[in-house]
Amino acid sequence: MSASLPPSSPFQSNGSEPVGAAFILKKAVLSALVALGLFSLMVGVRTEAGQSGQLEYWTRFGELASLVGAVFVGSIAVELLRLWLGPRGGFGSFVPASVQSGLSVAGRYLAPALLIFTFLVPVIFYNQRYILDLGILVLTYVMLGWGLNVVVGLAGLLDLGYVAFYAVGAYSYGLLSTTFGLSFWICLPLAGILAAFWGVLLGFPVLRLRGDYLAIVTLAFGEIIRLVLINWQEVTGGPNGVSGIPRPTLFGIPLTPGEGGLAAMLGIPFSPTHRIVFLFYLILALALLTNWVTIRLRRLPIGRAWEALREDEVACRALGINITTTKLTAFATGAMFGGFAGAFFATRQGFISPESFTFQESALVLAIVVLGGMGSQLGVALAALAMIGGFELFRSLEVYRMLVFGLAMVLIMIWRPRGIVGHRAPTVFLEKSKSISSDLVKEGHG
Amino acid sequence: MSSAPILALENLTMRFGGIVAVNALSFTAQRKQITALIGPNGAGKTTVFNCITGFYKPTSGVIRLTHDDGAQFEMQKLKDYNISKQAKVARTFQNIRLFPGMTALENLMVAQHNALMKASGLTFLGLLGVPSWRAAEQSAIDNAVFWLKRVGLLDRADDAAGNFAYGDQRRLEIARAMCTGPALLCLDEPAAGLNARESGALNELLLSIRSDHGTSILLIEHDMSVVMEISDRVVVMDYGVKIAEGTPREIRDDPKVIAAYLGTDEEEAAAVMEAEA
Amino acid sequence: MDYFAQQLINGLVLGSIYGLIAIGYTMVYGIVGMINFAHGDVFMIGGFIALISFLVLVSVGLTAVPVILLIVLLVSMAITALYGWTIERIAYRPLRHSFRLAPMLSAIGMSFVLTNFSQVSQGARVKPVPPIITGGYTLHEGDSGFVVQLSNVQIVVVITTIVLLGLFTWLVSRTRLGRDMRACEQDQTMAALLGVDVDRTISMTFVIGAALAAVAGMMYLLYYGLVDFFMGFVAGIKAFTAAVLGGIGSLPGAMLGGLAIGLIETFWSAYFSVEYKDVAAFSILIVVLIFMPTGLLGRPEVEKV
Repeated sequence: MSASLPPSSPFQSNGSEPVGAAFILKKAVLSALVALGLFSLMVGVRTEAGQSGQLEYWTRFGELASLVGAVFVGSIAVELLRLWLGPRGGFGSFVPASVQSGLSVAGRYLAPALLIFTFLVPVIFYNQRYILDLGILVLTYVMLGWGLNVVVGLAGLLDLGYVAFYAVGAYSYGLLSTTFGLSFWICLPLAGILAAFWGVLLGFPVLRLRGDYLAIVTLAFGEIIRLVLINWQEVTGGPNGVSGIPRPTLFGIPLTPGEGGLAAMLGIPFSPTHRIVFLFYLILALALLTNWVTIRLRRLPIGRAWEALREDEVACRALGINITTTKLTAFATGAMFGGFAGAFFATRQGFISPESFTFQESALVLAIVVLGGMGSQLGVALAALAMIGGFELFRSLEVYRMLVFGLAMVLIMIWRPRGIVGHRAPTVFLEKSKSISSDLVKEGHG
Repeated sequence: MSSAPILALENLTMRFGGIVAVNALSFTAQRKQITALIGPNGAGKTTVFNCITGFYKPTSGVIRLTHDDGAQFEMQKLKDYNISKQAKVARTFQNIRLFPGMTALENLMVAQHNALMKASGLTFLGLLGVPSWRAAEQSAIDNAVFWLKRVGLLDRADDAAGNFAYGDQRRLEIARAMCTGPALLCLDEPAAGLNARESGALNELLLSIRSDHGTSILLIEHDMSVVMEISDRVVVMDYGVKIAEGTPREIRDDPKVIAAYLGTDEEEAAAVMEAEA
Repeated sequence: MDYFAQQLINGLVLGSIYGLIAIGYTMVYGIVGMINFAHGDVFMIGGFIALISFLVLVSVGLTAVPVILLIVLLVSMAITALYGWTIERIAYRPLRHSFRLAPMLSAIGMSFVLTNFSQVSQGARVKPVPPIITGGYTLHEGDSGFVVQLSNVQIVVVITTIVLLGLFTWLVSRTRLGRDMRACEQDQTMAALLGVDVDRTISMTFVIGAALAAVAGMMYLLYYGLVDFFMGFVAGIKAFTAAVLGGIGSLPGAMLGGLAIGLIETFWSAYFSVEYKDVAAFSILIVVLIFMPTGLLGRPEVEKV
């Protein structure tokens, strides 16, 4: 409903005001005043429970003054930047169109280049455990993003509880392996199937709901799963989680030192890095499987029905497409990939607890999908790299890290609301595959 | 071939709360004919369409469809998607509902969903890329190409449907409906917003769909030139009830119809109708 | 029976708090059609500001409790409203005509910002305050010795809620601003053409929602005697659940949904298990939505073909 006004509508006052030194100064003073109001108590006064448990406070007017000052200077800087970038230079127009189309052209070469580089990462960074670990983490989120992309990007169903399926996968492997001693390779498909099963179980009643109702129900479902994991102590171990989850084996050959281990069989000296490298290629394989299946599915009737559903549900019904089963398959497929990723997470960590499956995770994965440009596989991979990598870069910021992360999310959305890759590639063509501008692509009602 | 009419409505009634949008409406649409449903704005035409195509469940009444082979369907009992899938009824919408972010070709591929779904072994065989699936996909593309050519949009097959001009979108929507292989094609104001040339081309297309493909057509239309030129029969509705039925010529001279359209001043009405026709 | 009556009182008090937060969600949803994910954190900020202003007032020597409470209420409403205004201005206004998921993601980001801002600025530990309003009434003393009590805090919470709701209802139904808000809800383009300042109206919606959330934050502080930086998340989800349960977009629905969630949670804790109270609230949400897809008081969505 709110999308009916074009961005340049006369009802938006931004950018039409006269800009001069007085205007900039006035704006900066106002911003500083607002900042003073916002931060006066929250920053100017610091509270803490004292020795006796009694709450004490002390003032921090220095910090307050510098923050307000920073806002003042920042406001001037932003206004000057706007002036310099042109009269309508809001955040929205920071990206020239050439970059946009350039990205889609580069996409053709970027994807294979990225893939080759990813294959070589364990070779190049063999001795840098940190980078390998980070690589595994990024790939896990790439996989999760690709999984959720099926639901959100292709079928246009808003799922805010995706982490639930990740949790189902992780606990499936964790519990099956520690209780029944099942191996990773048996549990992996089981974890996927169980997650898909839960996806269908949740999806069946709620997929009739539209838009934000679906969003809140999936969010509630994610929370329910987490709360059950915390409280059902006899089975899940409660807040303590499940520990001692077996490490994966190379189809039965353990990656351990000593007799019977892979290193001994190959006659090379054992190194703990072997396992890391193995995990790296394992998650890479899983992610590529997800990608391959998704690309294939898009070209099959089911995938096209997903996208058609996102475009226009009513038209789908008129064309004889069963909406419910089509939505369910999208939900179950996404959930299954989430389940695979969860099983991998469990085997990699060796320990899982409900803390790893909070709403923040769902939000992060959703952010990756949206930032990637809904429906674009390459975009999602780039977004995962940027978000997780960026998050790691800011590790030194410690407590400020989530603050910066949240701020980055806001700015990125303002900067590129339709994501990095703003084009949709057709699934079939006669003569030439022409990419479709995201302005035409709908985002679904679900 | 069955001798029963392709579509028969018996006492169809649709209420929304206290409002009776359609009141005990009965009419038939004959096999391999073009039947037009006309009437002033708010007469309940689109509601009838929505009942036939399963978007509304009628309050009471029967909508019976009979295929050429005699198979019968009571549409008010079918699930919405089965009306296209089993009863083979396709429709277009008053405010065009294409998949704007998909290409014209993709739009027509989605229309063949059920056939392709079967051919892809419910996706599993398709994932493996077995030859029978590939053949089915190719024949679906051929079918889509046929219809694109038929509506004169072949050169734009790979363009996003959302980028099409209005008239092209209307024709693409008809092509998409035809790709489902319908026995009955329901068109909701297909000529709305078309210029004279486009309107003429549309008439030709609809006549050819009727005679070359043996598809029966039911259409709602305001453009009297279209109605008079191509319809075999016309049903006139006003305030949710049928006020007249007959050949275009009979309808044109029916004082009740003229009154319904232009109030009670029949002379003036007749003059306008004459001019439009 | 006595036990039941006591739980009913507790549930209604908790429900009032949820209801106050839920109104903010429902108003914003009604007017701009987005889930303001940061609203739960606005409630948290409101609680913090109430706490800090209370501490400052006490330390400067004010002793009259009603005066302190009134000042705390006004200060936290004012500053929190400023937060609401700023959030809309920074994170949502640039995305108003953008596609649907962008403002939602921006809101989630804003929620992270607020949570972590208060963690960074006020520390991660729980902030307890001694009971500010003490005492109460014994309503009924049962044979088994169980006492049904109505504490003064509960009375204050309920009365404040009722008064503010009255004020708010008057605002929406009788004032120029309320009329503008309802107009924008129906059709922003048309409202603008008829001379309604849409930007200002939307800003005011956020301001009012945030002010009510601040009241809820203060009531929470009074009732539970503590605040922490993470309390906005769970309270926010539950209040949103309440808004959806009541029928999103409907103001009486938000209050009704709030009360329903408060009661469900309290009764579930009292009769079944405390651990699963949130599971119960969320499960009921799912069940209600399956059978009443637009909530208790929501208008049924007519599908246009």
